[in-house]
Amino acid sequence: MIAQFGFGVLVVTFLVTLYSVFAAVFGEYKKSPSLVESARRAMLLTWPLLTLTAGVLIYLLVNDHYEVQFVYEVTSRSMPTYLKVTAWWGGQAGSLLFWSWLMSAFTSLVTFRKWDRDREFLPWVIVVAGVTMAFFLGMNVFFENPFAQLYQTFEGVAAYTFQPANSIPFPPPQDGRGLNPLLRHPGMIIHPPMLYLGFVSFVVPYAFALAALITGRTDDRWIRLTRRWTLWAWLFLSFGLVLGGRWAYDVLGWGGYWGWDPVEIAAFMPWLTGTAFLHSVMIQEKRGMFKTWNMLLIILTYALVIFGTFLTRSGVLSSVHAFAQSAIGPLFFIFIGLTLITSVALLIHRWDSLRGETEIKSMLSREALFLLNNLLFMSILVVCFWGVIRPLLTELSADTICKWYPVAQNYLTCQKITVGPPYYELANSPLFAILVLLMAAAPLSSWGLTSITKFGKVNKIAMASILMAPVIPTAIWWDQLRFEFGNWTTTIIVLMIVEVILAFLYLFRGAMWQATIGASLVTALAFATYTHNIIALIAFFLVALVLLVTLRELYRAANARAQAQDENFLVALWRLVERNRRRYGGYIIHISMMLMAVGILGIEIFQVETQGRVAAGEKINLANYTIEYREIASWDDNPKGVNYTRAVVDIYENGIYLGELHPRKDYYFESQQPMSIPGQYATLKDDLYVLLVDWEPASMEGATFKVYVNPLVNWLWLGSLLFLVGIIIAAWPEKDPERITVRAGRRVQETSAADD
Amino acid sequence: MSRNILRNTQYAILLLLIAFGFVTAVLAQGPTPSDDDVNKIAKQLFCPVCESTPLDVCPTEACRQWRELIREMLADGKSEAEIKQYFVEHFGARVLNEPPNRFASYAVPAVAFLLGAIMLFRGFQMWMKPSKADIAPVGGSGVPESEAKPILQDDYIARLEEEVRKQK
Repeated sequence: MIAQFGFGVLVVTFLVTLYSVFAAVFGEYKKSPSLVESARRAMLLTWPLLTLTAGVLIYLLVNDHYEVQFVYEVTSRSMPTYLKVTAWWGGQAGSLLFWSWLMSAFTSLVTFRKWDRDREFLPWVIVVAGVTMAFFLGMNVFFENPFAQLYQTFEGVAAYTFQPANSIPFPPPQDGRGLNPLLRHPGMIIHPPMLYLGFVSFVVPYAFALAALITGRTDDRWIRLTRRWTLWAWLFLSFGLVLGGRWAYDVLGWGGYWGWDPVEIAAFMPWLTGTAFLHSVMIQEKRGMFKTWNMLLIILTYALVIFGTFLTRSGVLSSVHAFAQSAIGPLFFIFIGLTLITSVALLIHRWDSLRGETEIKSMLSREALFLLNNLLFMSILVVCFWGVIRPLLTELSADTICKWYPVAQNYLTCQKITVGPPYYELANSPLFAILVLLMAAAPLSSWGLTSITKFGKVNKIAMASILMAPVIPTAIWWDQLRFEFGNWTTTIIVLMIVEVILAFLYLFRGAMWQATIGASLVTALAFATYTHNIIALIAFFLVALVLLVTLRELYRAANARAQAQDENFLVALWRLVERNRRRYGGYIIHISMMLMAVGILGIEIFQVETQGRVAAGEKINLANYTIEYREIASWDDNPKGVNYTRAVVDIYENGIYLGELHPRKDYYFESQQPMSIPGQYATLKDDLYVLLVDWEPASMEGATFKVYVNPLVNWLWLGSLLFLVGIIIAAWPEKDPERITVRAGRRVQETSAADD
Repeated sequence: MSRNILRNTQYAILLLLIAFGFVTAVLAQGPTPSDDDVNKIAKQLFCPVCESTPLDVCPTEACRQWRELIREMLADGKSEAEIKQYFVEHFGARVLNEPPNRFASYAVPAVAFLLGAIMLFRGFQMWMKPSKADIAPVGGSGVPESEAKPILQDDYIARLEEEVRKQK
């Protein structure tokens, strides 16, 4: 009964959303403000309605209503209440409902604002957000009903929304299957909501962009209205990605945080276009340029948000056949296609009104560098997109073209392939390196007229000789270098990156020479004390360069303010950041990115690992660490339905005792699934990460351990915290400058009238 | 008599051959490959039956057996390439973590990047051609104003531009 009530409210919400869309369209068509207002109120109603639906589902989850299929699949009696609540987004049907609920919250927030000055946008924002929400709600109502109950028919037990003829309600199972143990980690409880928040909040700027295209009000008003939304969306998406990484590090037992898995990339792709958009809109705000490009970026971000959800929800990643057989996969595909075609058609329709107002004056101006940044982000997107869809394409071609035309086997890959980390790492690393280089230039460039002359004239002979410098030794030691890098592709890529860095440093030598010297010293220090790996040294140089340039700019600006305003340095720094949050928030984000880069470089380049079986009292050595297996214990926790096997190992660094670690194997009875929880000893220098290998027997006679030393990895997590601070500074709401301007304008008008 | 000698010689040769084969096999096997030797290869392979799980960390029984198979093949003196080839032949190219056709992997992003770069460069050329070069910078600059040297020298044009902008 309660389940039917929940489904009833869900259907009502779906109808209200549809009404809102139609009322908005007709209201606009008939020029009826009251109808548009009705649409707005209907949209506002969706959130309380969906909250009620969600409340019903949570009630069912918490109270073990196993007659409901979704509840049976994601909860069990042994789960604590908070996990039963978070099981809401632990399965397909629930997570779609969660998407809709967040979407309705955001749409309600948007429609709640004052629309006095942007009345023409309102109906179309409702339409775009409403259509998106109706699509997701429709998925729940027609295909993935979280309230469907189990019934016994002649054909067996199955879940139905309504009781079928000749059936009886199936007696509720005594216990549910329980949430996938991997999803019980705190990181996984927060990670999906963060990611979904990021996804749905990017719908808001998209809705405004489309409203601008439909109404023809294509100035940068829509961008100003959605600036904060975009930043918050970016914050959620970024943090969702970081939390996902931390979860993978703590729970998956792979010794890493990112495996270039298609599911991870599905969330990473909208982040890439979103980041490009964040940079690119600033050019439109400051210079009135690239309006078409910004539209395209936000359209692409929206398409990738839906595409990401499609990838993870349709089963297409496991096989194209699973996608074709799934109820929602093809519909998702059609929805993405329709929205993309409509958006691009509108963009083409308004093409002429989106022309730039000014031109680029210099290839070193900030807008030019931002464009270059966009090119790099888009290239990384192409790398990721190609990597994700290539397995699908090969599977598809194997079943179609290769079967129909056997001759195609000579030209096409006619079997499904997997695209793993080596491809992404090799293809993306030069792009990331140049992106970092651009970050170094960001604080030094300025809008409009920054010219080469400002940074020193280009002397072609000097430039040529600088560029030739690394070519000569490379030509001499080609064979050794090729050996060191493994193959000629990597050697050429490394050489090209060095050339780009040198050319860049030469162009910016006027403003960057101190930082270049500083970064060179850091690199020399790293060479003397840490590593001789040339790729690592190049990367350390770039990271140091960005950090020094950015910190120097922060120091200079704060110092100038401290002297001018006669303030304490820290007060001056605080006020400086407060006055121009977006710029200095951006600087902090760049600094945090570099800290994260240190962590990524550490684990990617310097990670070492070993695996071995040892008896009690025996040791495993890795890098400077020694681990000694002491004892093991195994016990059942029946209320939780878990068996724990916990080893105790002593750890030493260079022979000095550091303490003990407790790597664990957890075995969940309900789902019959093992989990490896690592023992970690974390310092800023590195992480000692010890796993009790869960596919080997473990006893006092012998246990198998996999040991990783992950250098510098904790800088990744520290950087992500600073990153959060940076985005919050940049996205924190300011007093509405328009209101201040309007008020000031009104005062001017009053004065003029008095003068007259 | 001579027949006996011949037969004995044949037996001796046969025994020698068997002994030689046995010694070669023992020598080829060498020490049992370590977990690290196995993982080095398993890391480059994906579990043939699970989704996106590298073979070195896959916890299923099937994967454990495949890792043991790698160990046996290593012990038999098979090279890394031969072991990978064995897996490809039995389970398809999807077990490799890097697809066999490297050109197809990298050509698409490389062409996309080059096209983008060419478009951007042409865009720069187009935008910079009507180089009126002369409107004062708009908005904030990352560099303190005192440092920014205006290109514009003509005060009259500067004032004119300023007036026009005000009128807008």
